[in-house]
Amino acid sequence: MHELPVTQSLLKIALDHAEKANAKQITALNIVMGELSSMVDDSIQFYWEVIAKDTIAEKATLNFRRVPAELQCMTCFHTYRPTDKELICPQCKGVGAKIIAGEEFVLESIDVE
Amino acid sequence: MTQNIPIVENILNANDRLAQTNRARIDAAGVFSINILASPGAGKTSLIEKTLPLLKGKLRVAAIDGDIATSIDSDRAAAAGASAAVQINTGGDCHLDAVMLHGALEQLDLTQFDLLIVENVGNLVCPANFKLGTHKTVLVASVPEGDDKPYKYPGTYRGVDVLVVNKIDLLPYVDFRMDYFQQGVQVLNPNVTAFHTSCRTGEGLQAWADWLIANSRKGV
Repeated sequence: MHELPVTQSLLKIALDHAEKANAKQITALNIVMGELSSMVDDSIQFYWEVIAKDTIAEKATLNFRRVPAELQCMTCFHTYRPTDKELICPQCKGVGAKIIAGEEFVLESIDVE
Repeated sequence: MTQNIPIVENILNANDRLAQTNRARIDAAGVFSINILASPGAGKTSLIEKTLPLLKGKLRVAAIDGDIATSIDSDRAAAAGASAAVQINTGGDCHLDAVMLHGALEQLDLTQFDLLIVENVGNLVCPANFKLGTHKTVLVASVPEGDDKPYKYPGTYRGVDVLVVNKIDLLPYVDFRMDYFQQGVQVLNPNVTAFHTSCRTGEGLQAWADWLIANSRKGV
């Protein structure tokens, strides 16, 4: 459900940048989405089709690049992918880690004509 | 001809900017503010209800309650002693965002309060993504939800400043491994301030109320 305001924000950022570049049409949005970002791409796509209608982004393709979660242990500095049952370091069993990837939710670029 | 325009902009920037505006407003009034998150039924409203009498005569409290519908929560807060209670009905949205809080702040004379409690919509996923501008985020977890929640909702557990583990009176009756739960919290959020409470027996509530009083008087 929270994807509606998010999709509105996405459209606004894309339109602002396209306008600055005097673009006639936006053909693609390149979005980076981390595994931990709790966003659903199908849901964004669904809202996009409704709200982008009658704008220069109407025909744009939404490209999602997914980034898996990655943690770095603060004890032995090993980097690892957490599972849904275990978050501790698989190497030293250390508790205390930093998220180094997986939280991204960013509009990286747009393609325009 | 197709041209690629690099942007690299956080999609939630618009919300984050308005959250900063909210914060400036709260700071200008000198109020300490918290945003309470939890899954439905964890005991957010009960915690507020049981905490308010402990703050009576010490802090003037305003409560803002977010819900999809009804004013049950703000009514409960007002009945328990909040000096002012505002209800936000999100009309289906699963979280509060900075825009909704901005609208609710309009309805309060913030200078009349020491503590602002914002109760978010019951949900462990979305509210973590939308900053409101409050000083501290408090997560209420409850024992019957299970000990695996930090593992399933890392985004929420890692982003909070305070963790209240509620319904601890049920520990003898359910399979809740406190060690496993705490390990999940510790991995991602080693500096979290934790309280263990039971709204039914009253255990642990005074320590939590003392924390609120100490922070509200610190001056922000």
